[in-house]
Amino acid sequence: MNLAEGVQIVSLGVLALMMLGSALGVVLLKNIVYSAFLLGGVFISIAGLYLLLNADFVAFAQVLIYVGAVNVLILFAIMLVNKREDFKVVPRIWIRQVATAAVCFGIFALLGTMVVTTPWAISTEVASGDSSIVRIGLHFFSDFLLPFELASILLLMALVGAIVLARREFLPEEDLTPGETEALTLPERPRELITTGRSDSTIQ
Amino acid sequence: MNPGIDLQGNFIESVKGFGIPPGAARALWLPLPMLIVLVAATVSVLVVVWLERKISAAAQQRIGPEFIGPLGILAPLADGLKLVFKEDTTPSKADALLFTLGPAIVVIPVFLSYLIVPFGQNLIVSDVGMGVFLWLALSSVVPIGLLMSGYASNNKYSLLGGLRAAAQSISYELPLALSVLAIVMMSNSLSTVDIVQQQSGYGILGWNIWRQPVGFLIFWIAALAECERIPFDLPEAEEELVAGYQTEYSGMKFALFYLGSYVNLTLSALLFAVLYLGGWEFPVNVGTIANLIGVSENTPWLQVVTATIGIGMTLLKAYFLIFLAILLRWTVPRVRIDQLLDLGWKFLLPVSLVNLLLTAGLKLAFPIAFGG
Repeated sequence: MNLAEGVQIVSLGVLALMMLGSALGVVLLKNIVYSAFLLGGVFISIAGLYLLLNADFVAFAQVLIYVGAVNVLILFAIMLVNKREDFKVVPRIWIRQVATAAVCFGIFALLGTMVVTTPWAISTEVASGDSSIVRIGLHFFSDFLLPFELASILLLMALVGAIVLARREFLPEEDLTPGETEALTLPERPRELITTGRSDSTIQ
Repeated sequence: MNPGIDLQGNFIESVKGFGIPPGAARALWLPLPMLIVLVAATVSVLVVVWLERKISAAAQQRIGPEFIGPLGILAPLADGLKLVFKEDTTPSKADALLFTLGPAIVVIPVFLSYLIVPFGQNLIVSDVGMGVFLWLALSSVVPIGLLMSGYASNNKYSLLGGLRAAAQSISYELPLALSVLAIVMMSNSLSTVDIVQQQSGYGILGWNIWRQPVGFLIFWIAALAECERIPFDLPEAEEELVAGYQTEYSGMKFALFYLGSYVNLTLSALLFAVLYLGGWEFPVNVGTIANLIGVSENTPWLQVVTATIGIGMTLLKAYFLIFLAILLRWTVPRVRIDQLLDLGWKFLLPVSLVNLLLTAGLKLAFPIAFGG
């Protein structure tokens, strides 16, 4: 065993430990902020595993998308929600916890047996390394064109949805009667509430 | 392509000469480039801090540091020493673990990005095939550290500063990535070495700045915003937020933020030089000069000279850009947070998309000039 192989085995062990440890932390810790930060650790460790598998592009994309975008947004959402609430103690909480653990372990066992029993067609070719990005691009625009486009439409829909949810219309200043608005807020046009079908202003 | 000077090979050969097995010699080589880059990055910060003091003094018609060493050259060192010996406090209600981890997560990706900065044909820590993409991916990790330190400080100014920093960083990552993508499209490669090589051959005329007049402006604005420099230093806007996410920090932890921001500025300047200003290329092609005076390109002394010129040119270009950034800092007022986000999403993003589209069109129309 030469130096490179030794480094690979050691890093595989370290990454696997890091991933399992932080994944367990995500599930088991009570503090949701810790869970969110540990989720970043899980994503980083997975990116490291991809690197060990010679999949550079996937690894960097994993860091860029999952750590840089998804995890930051999760943290954002957690930190912007300003809700301090003590959860009520549920009687016989242990039944739920045991049931959850059983279901999780069942899924793990099923997936584990599937991974072990499936005869994987493992390619013996040398990993394409740096040229993998070209091959991924070719696949995107040939045999995987439809899933690729569908995914982008999904993202577009999410984008439009976010804008519809967050959009506010501000009244122009000349329409205002003095004393109508609170201090330091811009006057907003009341929005139609989709669930009730009534105007927002009548509820107020 | 000439092989250039093989530092690694020479080092391993000379260590083997002492009777050390080849594997161990290789292992001895491994940490060396990383250490050199780490030290060089830290020293470059000292230079930038000194420049910042001197140029800001000149901009305000002061003299600036004068008595600490000749021309006040030791002032940044004194700053560093002060920060090292300062008491390292953690607020009693802060989350001690996250409070300590935050600055580290901010600094590590920035230093890691130095992997891909080339100072010459072979003067690079690692010629990663996806160099620029690696930089973009690593720089997207930084906001997590900022959010972490903002949250852990248990202080509303810190939390707001952290949130602002993350929002700013996410918004300006897109124009940055898109302007880099236009360069990548012209170079047909993500590797920084290939990007410089594609600009070589015509001296100053071949540099990407002529082919990407809009792209380089977007890149520079977005890079300044990513570095949180004035006019975009809203996360630590002192009039509103005390010092943003840095409010509760002192001693070495504060020094890490300080170091990180200046290292990030240097890194952005270096990458600007690589992407748009021809990296290590001299304004006149060195190969042509060598041919004119009749020296072969593979002469050892010429290679040493070329390598020296390469390092010198890269640093010169980078420090010129840092000079620009400092000058901007002392001339431009700070923008408001809504203006900042408007600029990012409503102006820079569409413009950079159009720039990308234009580059693609020009690449198809004039494949000779735009690297088809």
